[in-house]
Amino acid sequence: MEHREIIAKKQFDLKAFFFQWEWILVLLLIIVNIINSSISPYYMDLKSLMDATMTFLDRAFIVLPIAFVMILGDIDVSVASIVALSSVVMAVSYNGGAPMPVAMIICLMVGTLCGLMNGMLIVKFKELPAAIITISTQIIYRGIAYIILEDQSSGNFPDWYQALGWGYVAGIPIMLLVFAVFAVLYGLLLHKTTFGRSVYAIGNNITASRFSGLKVDKIKVVVFTLAGFMSAVTALFLTSRMGSTRPNVATNYEIDAIAMVVLGGVSASGGRGRIIGTIISIFLVGLLRYGLGLVNVNAQIMLIVIGLLLVFAVMISNLQVKRSGLQYKNMKVQKAENEN
Amino acid sequence: MKRVLSTIIAVVLVLTTLVGCGGTPGKPAAGQNAKAKYALIVKSTGNPFMEKMAEGFKKAVEEVGGEVINKAPDQPTAEAQIQMIEELISQKVSAIAISANDPDALQPALKKAMDAGIKVLSLDSAVNKDSRIVHIQQADPEQIGRVLVQSAVEMIGGSGEISVLSATSQATNQNTWIEWMKKELEDSKYKDVKLVKVAYGDDLRDKSVSETEGLLKTYPDLKAIIAPTTVGIAAAGKVLTDKSLKDKVYLTGLGLPSEMSEYIESGVCPWMYLWNPIDLGYLAGYAADALAKGTITGKEGDKFTAGTLGEKSVSNADDGGTEIMLGAPFKFDADNIGEWKSVY
Repeated sequence: MEHREIIAKKQFDLKAFFFQWEWILVLLLIIVNIINSSISPYYMDLKSLMDATMTFLDRAFIVLPIAFVMILGDIDVSVASIVALSSVVMAVSYNGGAPMPVAMIICLMVGTLCGLMNGMLIVKFKELPAAIITISTQIIYRGIAYIILEDQSSGNFPDWYQALGWGYVAGIPIMLLVFAVFAVLYGLLLHKTTFGRSVYAIGNNITASRFSGLKVDKIKVVVFTLAGFMSAVTALFLTSRMGSTRPNVATNYEIDAIAMVVLGGVSASGGRGRIIGTIISIFLVGLLRYGLGLVNVNAQIMLIVIGLLLVFAVMISNLQVKRSGLQYKNMKVQKAENEN
Repeated sequence: MKRVLSTIIAVVLVLTTLVGCGGTPGKPAAGQNAKAKYALIVKSTGNPFMEKMAEGFKKAVEEVGGEVINKAPDQPTAEAQIQMIEELISQKVSAIAISANDPDALQPALKKAMDAGIKVLSLDSAVNKDSRIVHIQQADPEQIGRVLVQSAVEMIGGSGEISVLSATSQATNQNTWIEWMKKELEDSKYKDVKLVKVAYGDDLRDKSVSETEGLLKTYPDLKAIIAPTTVGIAAAGKVLTDKSLKDKVYLTGLGLPSEMSEYIESGVCPWMYLWNPIDLGYLAGYAADALAKGTITGKEGDKFTAGTLGEKSVSNADDGGTEIMLGAPFKFDADNIGEWKSVY
């Protein structure tokens, strides 16, 4: 332990600090803002910008736990289906007579349960990668949602529930406030707790982690359960914004979430990345989309622009890893240490 | 490290140049605010009916001297349309005309737009009465539903299994027509006709194709498909042609003449119906302008002149709101398809 800290200190230098991926993201965010405000006279308006955050923050709640999942070296593609299922169950239980607060709690419970199920299956069937298991549960969860609502929609929620997705507190969208709280919590969990350090360790070398006495299975179950819970949080906000729900809501949200996590600098092979990067990338993609929307760029071109941004991001981050021999050596040292 | 540095500098340079380029056209745009902006949100991209509708809308708005904003989401979802409504509110448009992917899910967004002083109207596929000022109704839904069932039954000779291939399960217009189809089928003269399934192709070509194939597999005795959507009917026409099911499974519904001429001429689809999507968009453009200028308020009995379509009036709709009716559905068959296929 002592030894590692010394290495870490030796490596700190200003240049390396400023060449972190997060700084490049900040730079991109600034550039996007400059471009947006120069192409549209309506962009630099605080009220509109606040409104704009509400159009992309609904899916941002899933991005946080997906970062954990990917740092573990796993992937979870079932989150969008969990959003749909928990949203549908909430609508059905509300229309079946449950008071709205109870329906909301049911929604959160359904999501958490789905996540727990994912986690249990993943640690139970270790020979199967998480991708395969979550692809299966993705189909199952959405399938259940379709069985419940049969291709229909359900809604008629009370008026106050709409405030969740559309309301403001002191000029700031409720959604943004809730997101900020979750972002801080997840940031602390990943970077300031033993739990977070264990997540990195497992992502770097799962065998070594197991031999070092880390409760790998337990940690995995917790992370996947968190992903389920946050999907239900997304369901709460998304349903509030839509005013009604149907089994095919949140289509492709899992792709969006994974893309934002990768753009945020989390390595797809696990063990690397930070929460702050994913948060910046949420705003980067969201504001880019909003800016292009303001000048009415057509939908396909928008997809291409965002795709290019992703390719660019992956290219740069690869370049960075290859070039910075220090980092590479450091990883090796850490891995070697873990293996011991 | 040097290479990383130079890459970043290069990228920044390129991007700032782009900003420079983008800035120039941006400035005059800010000065053009005097021109009223009328926006149209369609269901999704790649839908020829929607493109024709947008064409008519553009024509009308240009005739009244406004600026057109045309928006089409890449997926036919309400989520995408909500985002577009937000973008239009920020752009301070005068009116939004929308063909909705969900009648209720857009209510909070459209209410917000109306609170901001934007006139909201729906066309083709309606939003609920609280989310709009007026709806542009293409044709009487009852007539469409009943006439499609009558056609299918006539094609199959009075008995057998039929099915419906619709758009999305939340599409307001298709659902209303299907309701009327079911009501028509309740009549005792249809006791030998069985509606086996309503399939949803989501107005996506590939999904419509696979849903049609699914119908043919699941119901081998199927004798007719009614597709009340232009994307669905074209997909079904292709599947029936590829599988050489002409005269075994009949096809009818609502289709674009230009896309369906091949199948109508070959007899796969003996006849079908539609109204003119260009006129529908055109009427919406004039209605948007009349609402924005205060000529009409969307109340029953309001009258305005819709360019070449002449005088139109606002009447009460079945859902408790108001609507403006375009006209009756038009029948396309082997005799007249030739002259219409080049029009739309």
